Amino acid sequence: MKRTYADLHLCPNLKNPKQTENMIKKSRRLGYHLIAIPLPLSSVEEEVEWLRRMCKEAKIDFVSRVDLKPKTSRELLKDLRRLRRKVEIIAVTCESKQVARQAAKDHRVDILSFPTELRKRFFDRAEAELASKTTVSLEIDVKPLITLKGKPRIRLLSALRRETAIAKSFQVPVILSSGATEESLMRKPRELAALASLFDMDKSSAIEATSSNPTSIVKRNRSKLSSNFVAPGIRIVRRGKDC
Amino acid sequence: MLKKVRRRYLALKIECDGTLNSREFINAVWNAVLTLYGEYGASKTNLNLIDYNSEEKLAVIRVAHATVEMIRAALASITRIGDKSVAIHVLTVSGTIKALHRKMKHLNH
Repeated sequence: MKRTYADLHLCPNLKNPKQTENMIKKSRRLGYHLIAIPLPLSSVEEEVEWLRRMCKEAKIDFVSRVDLKPKTSRELLKDLRRLRRKVEIIAVTCESKQVARQAAKDHRVDILSFPTELRKRFFDRAEAELASKTTVSLEIDVKPLITLKGKPRIRLLSALRRETAIAKSFQVPVILSSGATEESLMRKPRELAALASLFDMDKSSAIEATSSNPTSIVKRNRSKLSSNFVAPGIRIVRRGKDC
Repeated sequence: MLKKVRRRYLALKIECDGTLNSREFINAVWNAVLTLYGEYGASKTNLNLIDYNSEEKLAVIRVAHATVEMIRAALASITRIGDKSVAIHVLTVSGTIKALHRKMKHLNH
């Protein structure tokens, strides 16, 4: 069966419709079947409609996503309550250890991401242990890997090597995303997987990180957001008088 | 007995604003390989430019078969050549030039 490749972190400037359209079309050309674009928190519903329409024209599946950057865990919980039923994917950029721990243990969070600065990368064994008990995945953006040069890239690679090894030992799924803010930073799924070899991810895990890992998040959340979902393990299979 | 040298041919699409000559292109690829893997790693790649079409922005390179993923990563890490913004994508990989051209023809259709 043919693999379905997904880029769950495409970051065009939504105020520039031409660039957004070009990046969506290029994603399809590069072999992606599914893309997620982070939406601004203030106007989730308005942006979703035109992006969905644009993606339909480009014959690519669109997934709505918000990136939360809470300062405290209380703020995170408040945002999760407000947005969980409105978007398909919720990613949390963890800028403090307190937020990182709360995000890792919350079932409503889908993706954990960390800033490039090394002192803000809180994915350690304790974080991975919490994440392994929920369905949260670790996201790695490839953009800093191709834009940084010299020492900063060396340090980032070393941090990613440690984090992916921890994720593997605690069976936390890893997803590879482009994080591209412009067309020239977009790469094919196989190229993302090849770049993952720089931090010692084996080829099959890297390919899964661009295909089955992200698509399973989308599949799970779509079934939860559907009107037939009642509770985990319970869904409506048929409606009508004969039931 | 000496092991047979296994090679792979990579067809590449170069996306850039202006045009690049073949020397600029292959130097950029070498630099990327050297930056990521050093001289020891680069020596294993047996990198060679086979064909370069500046008008269609297509190139064919030959590498050692064990280093295809290294080359893929190095190509993906190229973002600029000189003052031009560049992205290089691997179109297809093959064991012979003949099969590579056949696959590329298939891609065009």
